[in-house]
Amino acid sequence: MIPLSWYLMLAAGLFSVGLFGVLARKNAVAILMGVELMLNAVNVNLVAFWRYRTPEVIAGQAFAIIVFAVAAAEVAVGLALIISIYRRRNTVVADEIDMLKL
Amino acid sequence: MATETIIWLIPLPPLLAFFLIVLFTNRSKWLSHTVAIGAALLSWLGSMIVFFRALAVEHFGEHIFASSIPWLATGETQFRIGVQIDPLSAATLFFVAWTVLMIFLYSVGYHNFGQPKGDHDRPGLQPHGATVSDAHGHTHTVPSIEPMYSRFFAFIGLFAFGMYTLVVSDNLLTLFVGWEIMGLCSYLLIGFWYAKPTARAAMIKAFITTRVGDMFMLLGLAYLYSQTGTLNYREIFYNQEVLNHLAETPSVIVGLSTAGLIGILLFFGTIGKSAQWPLHVWLPDAMEGPTPVSAMIHAATMVSAGVYFAIRIFPLVSAGSEHGMTSVMSVMAFIGAFTALFAATIALAQNDIKRVLAYSTISQLGYMIAALGIGAYVAAAFHLITHAFFKALLFLGSGSVIHGMEHGVLHTGSHIDPQDMFNMGGLRKKMPVTFWTFLIGGFALSGFPLVTAGFWSKDEILADAWGHGHFLVFATLALAALLTAFYTMRQITLTFFGEPRTEAAHHAQETPWTMTLPLAILAVFSVAAGWVGVPEHFPGLGGLLPNWFHGFVGGTLLEHPEAVAFNAVPLLTSLVVALGGLYLGWLVYRGTTAGAQDPIQKAVPGLHRVLKNKYYFDELYDRIFVQPAYWLAESFTSAWMDRGVIDGFLHWVAMVSGIIGNALRNYIDKPVINGIIGDGTANVVRKFGFTLRGIQTGRIQQYMIGALVTLIFFSALFYYLIFIP
Repeated sequence: MIPLSWYLMLAAGLFSVGLFGVLARKNAVAILMGVELMLNAVNVNLVAFWRYRTPEVIAGQAFAIIVFAVAAAEVAVGLALIISIYRRRNTVVADEIDMLKL
Repeated sequence: MATETIIWLIPLPPLLAFFLIVLFTNRSKWLSHTVAIGAALLSWLGSMIVFFRALAVEHFGEHIFASSIPWLATGETQFRIGVQIDPLSAATLFFVAWTVLMIFLYSVGYHNFGQPKGDHDRPGLQPHGATVSDAHGHTHTVPSIEPMYSRFFAFIGLFAFGMYTLVVSDNLLTLFVGWEIMGLCSYLLIGFWYAKPTARAAMIKAFITTRVGDMFMLLGLAYLYSQTGTLNYREIFYNQEVLNHLAETPSVIVGLSTAGLIGILLFFGTIGKSAQWPLHVWLPDAMEGPTPVSAMIHAATMVSAGVYFAIRIFPLVSAGSEHGMTSVMSVMAFIGAFTALFAATIALAQNDIKRVLAYSTISQLGYMIAALGIGAYVAAAFHLITHAFFKALLFLGSGSVIHGMEHGVLHTGSHIDPQDMFNMGGLRKKMPVTFWTFLIGGFALSGFPLVTAGFWSKDEILADAWGHGHFLVFATLALAALLTAFYTMRQITLTFFGEPRTEAAHHAQETPWTMTLPLAILAVFSVAAGWVGVPEHFPGLGGLLPNWFHGFVGGTLLEHPEAVAFNAVPLLTSLVVALGGLYLGWLVYRGTTAGAQDPIQKAVPGLHRVLKNKYYFDELYDRIFVQPAYWLAESFTSAWMDRGVIDGFLHWVAMVSGIIGNALRNYIDKPVINGIIGDGTANVVRKFGFTLRGIQTGRIQQYMIGALVTLIFFSALFYYLIFIP
């Protein structure tokens, strides 16, 4: 059986890719995609820990499902915002969305 | 209802009327006078019930009506105030109730109720008449209604309250309260037409002059209270122990007993209120008020209150008089007799119909005071009551005459003084009711023998003076009586007899029933009030009616005064002076024609001028009191004290405050408060803001890197702290 640490390393790698995407990309859509990657890395962790440590209770799976739901909601709101901004400003570059600055 | 309850209630209706009129009904003239007269009627009813119940009591002087409540705790004792009706106040209540009611009723007519509004009338001025046109298209000027009609009834209501309070009170303090309420009302009413400068001056003069007397009176009250610990009538004046104690204790002034000093101080109050010399100057000027006011002040209420008070304190004044007159009595006898003669002479030369009456009032009040001075207690009270009736009648009659004349003046449009008797004449045919009642009043004032009240009371005073051997007083009063008869006849002759001397007098008109009815009622009393006091030993008439008054009012005193034995000399004297004076007056003035000089003026021009100017007393007082007071005010109070001392001190205070303020500003406020706390805080915040501004780039990735770095840093820190050791 594949040991737990492999899964954890996969999750850490996935998380780092997501984090890099969030920090390095300027496109707001790409940033959102990075966030999704980070969330799914967490999901891998959750499911892996559940399977190896407490397979008798269902909490790990339930948590993962809740994270899916939250991520879906977040994406829905985030994309809607981005589309709205794009319509008004004709850009999705995060640095240019600076209406709150003086 | 219990008699005591009624006595408590007697003064209240007029007070209530005052507040009702002032607060609610003053817009409606009809309602205002209805309220006022209704209140006077209630008080009158109460007074009559009390009076007749008092008559029914045997030896009323010993079983008086009295009721009191504790009012003020004074240490371990209580100061009680209450009401009391003894024979003296019962008799006073009787005449006060009648005259007040008559005057209230009379005021309705006098202030032209029912007449149209004046064309140019303003509040504060006498009504000037209104123009109306009749069915034929002719326009007439008729008297117009008083603009401040309701206000007048409110004031006389308060005035009546003051008088009733004074009469029913059982102690000197509430008497003083009523006394001062009347002082205030007399001020308000004399200055009723306040837009007239003369009325304003008169109101101030009256108030300040009486204030002089009142101040001494208050001192006397305080002294009396400190000596006896009470101000109740019964406890002082009906208590031989207290009286003896007061009469025997020497006062702070050498040679005067405590009773004497208190008596003199209290008597000053009477001098001011009853306008005795030397404080007589305010009363003639008080004629500026409307005529019902003159009657109110000079007959029914205020001046009577002065004499009532003097009669009230008589036991104190006469305490220790077993050895003859006390010093206060001598003072009273002198001032009274002197005033009686002095005022009568001035009255000879006055042409204003009301001023003659004013001086005659002063003179008659002097009579009463002189009577008290010689110990004729009952005679003084008797004359007080008869005088109140016939003087109220005369004042109201003169008001009626003036009213009739004003009608004539308005009708003819002439510009003459409607109060000057030389502009009148022949009014007996124009105003018959006024004429006959005035004649009765005038004859009562002169002491026309047998039928009038004035004769009996005056005769009693003269008989007392003669009987007790005060011949100087007797002679002075007899002379004053002669002059009284003379000037009264002069007044009647000039006003009513002969032919009209002016166009206005020709068109004078009888006044409405509201004015003539009071005249008629008062005329009845001017005659009948004398019958209650016919001396027992009077030839022919004596004994037909018992000398009820003497027994009744005499009961107020501890020792009932003896009626003086009958003597023909004073009787003959009073017959001669009354009839002689009347005849002389008629003789001298019967042929006065229009524009003629006063016969006295023709005969003795110098004397006439002195009398006309009232012995220059106003000028004298102006020189002695008014001018120095001005001088003092200007040079001492204003220039030295006010501007020098007080202003100087204030300026100094202001300067020091300025210095302190500057120091605080320069050394505390500016550097510390502003510099450090105020600006300092702002500067620090600003600097921080500038410094931290660079962090806020607005780039979201930078923030995130910041957050990541922080996270890593703290994670490392925790790792280090938790796992390494």
